[in-house]
Amino acid sequence: MTLSMTRREFIRNTAVAVAANVAGLALPASATNVLLEGDMVQLKWSKAPCRFCGTGCGVNVAVKDGRVVATHGDQLSEVNRGINCVKGYFLSKIMYGADRLTAPMLRKKNGVYAKDGTFTEVSWDEAFDVMAQQFKRVLKEKGPEAVGMFGSGQWTVWEGYAANKLLKGGFRSNTLDPNARHCMASAVMGFMRTFGMDEPMGCYDDIEATDAFVLWGSNMAEMHPILWTRVTDRRLSNPNVKVAVLSTFEHRSFELADIPIVFTPQTDLVILNYIANHIIKTNRVNKDFVDKHTTFKRGVTDIGYGLRPDNPLEENAKNSKDPTGSEPIDFAQFAAFVAPYTLEKTVEMTGVDKGWLEQLAELYANPNIKVVSFWTMGFNQHTRGTWANNMVYNIHLLTGKISTPGNSPFSLTGQPSACGTAREVGVFSHRLPADMVVTNPEHRKHAEEIWKIPHGIIQPKPGYHAVQQNRMLRDGKLNAYWVLCNNNVQAGANLMQETYAGYRDPRNFVVVSDAYPTVTAQSADLILPAAMWVEKEGAYGNAERRTQFWHQLVKAPGQARSDLWQLMEFSKRFTTDECWPAEILAANPQFKGKTLFDVLFKNGNVDKFPTTEMEAGYDNDEAAAFGFYVQKGLFEEYATFGRGHGHDLAPFDDYHKAHGLRWPVVDGKETRWRYREGSDPYVKAGTEFQFYGNPDGRAVIWALPYEAPPEIPDKEYDLWLATGRVLEHWHSGSMTMRVPELYRAFPEAVVFMNPDDARSRGLKRGDEVKVISRRGEMRSRVETRGRNKPPQGLVFVPWFDAGQLINKVTLDATDPISKQTDYKKCAVKVVAV
Amino acid sequence: MRQKPLIVILALVVLVAAAIGFAVGRKSSPEPRVVSSPPTASPAIASTAEPVHAGDQIDAIRRGAPVNQEIAAPLMARVENADIKRVRAYPMQPPTIPHSIDNYQIDKNSNRCLLCHARANADKFQAPPVSVTHYMDRNDQFLATISPRRYFCNQCHVVQTDAKPLVANNFKDIDSILSEEHDKKAN
Repeated sequence: MTLSMTRREFIRNTAVAVAANVAGLALPASATNVLLEGDMVQLKWSKAPCRFCGTGCGVNVAVKDGRVVATHGDQLSEVNRGINCVKGYFLSKIMYGADRLTAPMLRKKNGVYAKDGTFTEVSWDEAFDVMAQQFKRVLKEKGPEAVGMFGSGQWTVWEGYAANKLLKGGFRSNTLDPNARHCMASAVMGFMRTFGMDEPMGCYDDIEATDAFVLWGSNMAEMHPILWTRVTDRRLSNPNVKVAVLSTFEHRSFELADIPIVFTPQTDLVILNYIANHIIKTNRVNKDFVDKHTTFKRGVTDIGYGLRPDNPLEENAKNSKDPTGSEPIDFAQFAAFVAPYTLEKTVEMTGVDKGWLEQLAELYANPNIKVVSFWTMGFNQHTRGTWANNMVYNIHLLTGKISTPGNSPFSLTGQPSACGTAREVGVFSHRLPADMVVTNPEHRKHAEEIWKIPHGIIQPKPGYHAVQQNRMLRDGKLNAYWVLCNNNVQAGANLMQETYAGYRDPRNFVVVSDAYPTVTAQSADLILPAAMWVEKEGAYGNAERRTQFWHQLVKAPGQARSDLWQLMEFSKRFTTDECWPAEILAANPQFKGKTLFDVLFKNGNVDKFPTTEMEAGYDNDEAAAFGFYVQKGLFEEYATFGRGHGHDLAPFDDYHKAHGLRWPVVDGKETRWRYREGSDPYVKAGTEFQFYGNPDGRAVIWALPYEAPPEIPDKEYDLWLATGRVLEHWHSGSMTMRVPELYRAFPEAVVFMNPDDARSRGLKRGDEVKVISRRGEMRSRVETRGRNKPPQGLVFVPWFDAGQLINKVTLDATDPISKQTDYKKCAVKVVAV
Repeated sequence: MRQKPLIVILALVVLVAAAIGFAVGRKSSPEPRVVSSPPTASPAIASTAEPVHAGDQIDAIRRGAPVNQEIAAPLMARVENADIKRVRAYPMQPPTIPHSIDNYQIDKNSNRCLLCHARANADKFQAPPVSVTHYMDRNDQFLATISPRRYFCNQCHVVQTDAKPLVANNFKDIDSILSEEHDKKAN
């Protein structure tokens, strides 16, 4: 065969070869004969939500001989009705990477733990002995502030809840934050500031009811593919429906765009205020709605960038210490505030054609068009992300396009349980379950009562948030640190200047629980092998408030254990005397001498349900280990936080039957649209709408300006860098890079670059380059074709590839309000290697 | 334009090796690459992987490099373009695309994939027609044309490059497990 052989010739010859193959090879009996007895060919199918994104697709999982052998989209799931994306279709393989961690591994030298030791297999007993010793040392020497945990929006609901109890109610540390801080924190603060209550008012049913979709910094085609199938279905089935896609570079979602908009980074803020101004100037404010259901506020400005306090950008910012301040204003003041955001000014600042901007603004302004706004990381990973969230609500509130089918400002969530676990359970350094906060004495008291622990145990001061955790590790102030169910050494920005040094600092003991050996595990001192997905009973909550349960379907390999077991088992090694102040114990002597396990998990709530209440036919390794139905006890205790307060969850057992239910679930009925009379049971008759998260029942319209980003390309660092994901890989790729088909579909990260930018640097497709910022560099290859088409002056690099750590380059600037990192904007240069 | 000729299903002769040896391997990999997976029960792609970790380096995706060091980026993998169907891990798995799709226009105005894979065209191009499920809407009703919810093919169907997996995968398909069971019973 020669290389000059044509494709047609090759196909012809190949067909022949394959046919020969078939003829010549002996096939296994099972593939050729229909010979197996009935029960041998039966598969046990069970439901589970997908392990990956926040869409929350239902899948059916087939088990045979204790192994997952197939998965497919659940026909009965309202979310996806039988289809999955390519990642979802390969769920069957995510648990079977050959390098699954199956035993604890401790860095040892001469038989004992040493920071500079090599990873050595140890028993769970030894692992927990060493870990407890280190945590106790730190508690004693430094106090609870020096103990911390980094959790996950991929945790099950009860894992997040158990972690919250262990840290805040056991160790008395509020330094518990989820990787959802990188993902959803700006969305949360946006909700809290506008509505006083977290999470979307609408649901996915809005997709089939709307006339227009606007994607603000969201590449749904790759990141929420199944929701994109619903958007596509709606758009292509109804020619009048319009799709607007806004981004700083062209990506796959533009394939469906009627209104494609590529804007200069950060100027989405300008477009948002321009639309508000356009609505007002063209007299299309829904005055009745605005008068009855909204108030106006002006936020403080010049709020800094969440960098270290000694950074000049922070020192020079007027309100970096209190970025949340505000004053009430009225409609006239708001109108005057947005008046300077004219079409001309917007064209000038954004670089977007006038016609597109006008068409976009009309989608909102025209009272006859129902509109859904979707956004994800383009808004949330933004140094003004909270503002951007507030500002998109502004334009929905000015027009009253909210809480009705098809009118929906919809914050999409990245992770499978960023809502269900991180946000609803309050796995943040300042939060408690059901939107309560540690800074509020009433909230602390309420939580302590539900947890049946003495008053005064929960600390009033927020702990370190995600980015601060890395800084405090580096500064030696956070010394006992447990990372579960995430890969922050690959995710956290500015790896070389902040994260890595802290992990490897001898003052710190770092534990990482994971299913696979990630770069975070590599950087740890102790690695604990974790059970994943259907190796444990679980619950996730998706982006539309849908809570979904699954059963344990297979056993975890080797000695791998669920994070839930790890958290609870570890708590047995601490007594209240070691963790709680003597005066509290003196006043509450019944707690003296008890273990944290006793007071947190054998408290009469969590251990309330016997194992006999479990559904027959499913394993439950945690229930077997602890002797009671752990998941049910934790869930029911947790659910008491929200029942009767607008966060009502259904009884535990209902979720094993239903294909997910959207909270609040009141009298057995889920809620599709919140805040509207007739749809939300919490809205009083005669009010039409009630934004009851705020005491006055009104949503807040915020006057907020455009402010520049902290780092802008200059002569030396002459390109914008945006990072993100690709369809085939989930987050840092620790699961999907181990699925051969997904790996081979997109095996390595590349630098997506405009062909003109490549040419002007003497580069061509496939050339090896360094991407360099003021913080570090990584090596990759230039891609000038393919799915992402950046404009001149911007490069896009996905972060799934542990072999190419783009977080060595990214900037750890955050939104000062939400503390969420901006991964979409920093200045880099790209040079040939 | 890609055209699949009609002759694809003819004749039964020769040259297994030729098909296997067709130059789809990465430049750097010396051994011939199996592009056609014979329909055996064993997992199709998988059990091989690059040798893992140098020293104490445990994350195979780092290719032996410590976290705080940078290594050369591997050559860009090339998309396999041999047009040979690959085994599916289970019946519901969307087949991977056995050819390159560079420069395919797939947008709201045009779908290059359907030129060959639409029911009406499949015979002309000897392309597998899209599955019957793709004509069903969200409520399982059959439509006259492909369902708009299935319009963007590459949300489920992806190409495969010649990159060699860095970590093997021990997934076992149903047939392997059944034959194991069968063997156990036979013994």
